[in-house]
Amino acid sequence: MIWTRKDLLGLEELTREEIEFILSTAESFKEVSTRDIKKVPALRGKTVVNLFYEPSTRTRVSFEVAAKRLSADVINIATETSSVKKGETLIDTGMNIQALKADIIVMRHNYSGAAVMLARHVDISVVNAGDGWHEHPTQALLDMFTLKEKLGRIEGLNVTIVGDIAHSRVARSNIWGLTKLGAKVTVCAPKILIPVGIDKMGVFVTDDIDAALTKADAVNVLRMQFERDDGNVFPQQLEYFKKFGITKDRLLKAKKNIIVMHPGPLNRGIEISSEVADGQNSVILEQVTNGIAVRMAVLFLVAQARDSKNANTN
Amino acid sequence: MRILIKNGHLIDPINKIDAIMDILIENSKISQVAKEINSKADKVIDAKGKFVAPGLIDMHVHLREPGREDKETIATGTLAALKGGITTVLAMPNTSPAIDSSENVRMVENIIKKTANANVLICAAITKGRLGEELTDAAKLKKAGVVALTDDGSSVADEKLLLGAFKQAKKEKMLLICHSEDKKISGNGVINLGAVSTRLGLRGIPRESEHATVKRDIELARQAKSAVHIAHVSCAESVKIIAEAKKKGAAVTAETAPHYFSLHEEGLFDYDTNLKMNPPLRTESDIAAIKEGLKKGIIDAIASDHAPHTENEKDIEFDRAEFGVIGLETELAVSITELVQTGILSWAQLIEKLSVNPARILGVDRGNLKAGSTADLIIFSGDQEWVVKKEELISKSKNSPFLNRKLEGVIEYTLLGGKIVYEGNV
Repeated sequence: MIWTRKDLLGLEELTREEIEFILSTAESFKEVSTRDIKKVPALRGKTVVNLFYEPSTRTRVSFEVAAKRLSADVINIATETSSVKKGETLIDTGMNIQALKADIIVMRHNYSGAAVMLARHVDISVVNAGDGWHEHPTQALLDMFTLKEKLGRIEGLNVTIVGDIAHSRVARSNIWGLTKLGAKVTVCAPKILIPVGIDKMGVFVTDDIDAALTKADAVNVLRMQFERDDGNVFPQQLEYFKKFGITKDRLLKAKKNIIVMHPGPLNRGIEISSEVADGQNSVILEQVTNGIAVRMAVLFLVAQARDSKNANTN
Repeated sequence: MRILIKNGHLIDPINKIDAIMDILIENSKISQVAKEINSKADKVIDAKGKFVAPGLIDMHVHLREPGREDKETIATGTLAALKGGITTVLAMPNTSPAIDSSENVRMVENIIKKTANANVLICAAITKGRLGEELTDAAKLKKAGVVALTDDGSSVADEKLLLGAFKQAKKEKMLLICHSEDKKISGNGVINLGAVSTRLGLRGIPRESEHATVKRDIELARQAKSAVHIAHVSCAESVKIIAEAKKKGAAVTAETAPHYFSLHEEGLFDYDTNLKMNPPLRTESDIAAIKEGLKKGIIDAIASDHAPHTENEKDIEFDRAEFGVIGLETELAVSITELVQTGILSWAQLIEKLSVNPARILGVDRGNLKAGSTADLIIFSGDQEWVVKKEELISKSKNSPFLNRKLEGVIEYTLLGGKIVYEGNV
């Protein structure tokens, strides 16, 4: 297929074929990171701007490494040091980056929909690196990439997502991506963290983690974001661990080869025990490695789509 | 000055006229309505194939002046009203300063006298500064010419205080308009709570926030034996509660806004801040309930809740954007398109919702075309199509949820006190 989207804003809008195309493109990029000289010239002469309105180390670094392995020039803008602090609007910031003749904006934003809005206003590519509670498409893509690598397929898998579903963009993007590719998704959380109408996204809902694990081929353990608590909705941390934490005992009752994923950073002893995080079912560090390949694929595809679009209009 | 309007389809529900009639205007008054009038006139308008109706009365309009003249002024807002066929507006008091004293009423009245292009009725605040802490002086406000009281934009959370407000309103024979919202429930929500807010990752506003407060407000009015008007009804439960209260004989009236019977929360998929308002857009079944409520007379009036905001306040992240949409210029056409062309309301019922009932609720002598009445009237085509274009909006702000929509119904003339004050492309 030919990739035509200049932006990657979320997985909701993608077709199954498009998602599969990103994953297969990522497969070919994965090898680059195993070379002595970890670089290909695919984006030589392109400028990628990482625009981060929320503190993030892992996603930002992953995008930066991905862009550099594609030979792009990378600029990092963190809001603490930018004119955003002086009250510049998101659109103005985007227009200014465009005026610098950058090619891709990779944006992390604390408000849902910010990437959608930015993409409406700029002609250059926008890659959503997480917007509010809405979507985090590259995280879900790397989760799926890892699953496919480990189990050979997505179709027909039982995947359980456990944790703060209500406030999780990782959960939403995973739900869209996995269901489009034919997996059966179960979300599991304390009732208060299950958002209204999540079942309409095509998932099973439960607050019983042991039941949610019995059939699961994989479990994606979300970070409990206690720093986001905007009311007294979060259960006590230890109580959470007792009821929902992924522990060795719990895994004993699950499938022997269940894959354990986590988008990081880990809260050891809160949503996951150290034994599990470091154990043989865990693919957490492989996810980090695969994140590079997936983000290389995404940056490559959106840049290419924009180049061919410009070529057509010229 | 004599203006003769010939061959128009006259809709005058108060006088039970729904037929082709001629109408003669002399100076500021309607002087004759008859099957055929052949007297001489300075201007003859052939209204063949058009409707002639009383000027519309919009009982929920934020004109923003004084304080936020960058969003709208009394001059620009009333000009936009005329284009929409609205000859009388009720101006909301959430200006800066709030209209909470007779001095502030006089200040607004001065601006109205100097700059208004349509009739502007003044609504004052229920509480000082709209802070929900201390009641304004209803007697003094009434004397200053205020026709109704509301803290619109906020509810009066304190029940004792609101009960006192109803008692005052009853005593002064003033209308109390309730913006029914429980802020403790709606919190930081930005759209309707449900599958859509979940999908978009936006904080939801539970429907209880509205309907539980509608219920409370009606109950407090009952205790005070006062009338109450419920503003911007948006959800099915509210319609049901109002229906039950009316059945029991409560003195309750209600309005809804065009966006609540025409737009659906699903439209928010791309985070269009022009669809952000409070109360929020709801679901298919709410739209159906609002339409049913209008049809059955449970909802008495359609009012725009015209809420202008600058692009700086709208063209930003959804969470940060202001609540509210403009509506003066699209109110009639959206109502025709969604309610009349679909067979939910007759033309006469439409004019009841947009003119007759608001006049009755506010106690103003408008909304009828009887000889001797003030000649506030409109001539409009019922089925002419047009597309809402941002650059053609007269309102100072452009935050319409109907941009680029095709609508039916175009105002051709608006007459205010016998003068042609707006002429469309005829």
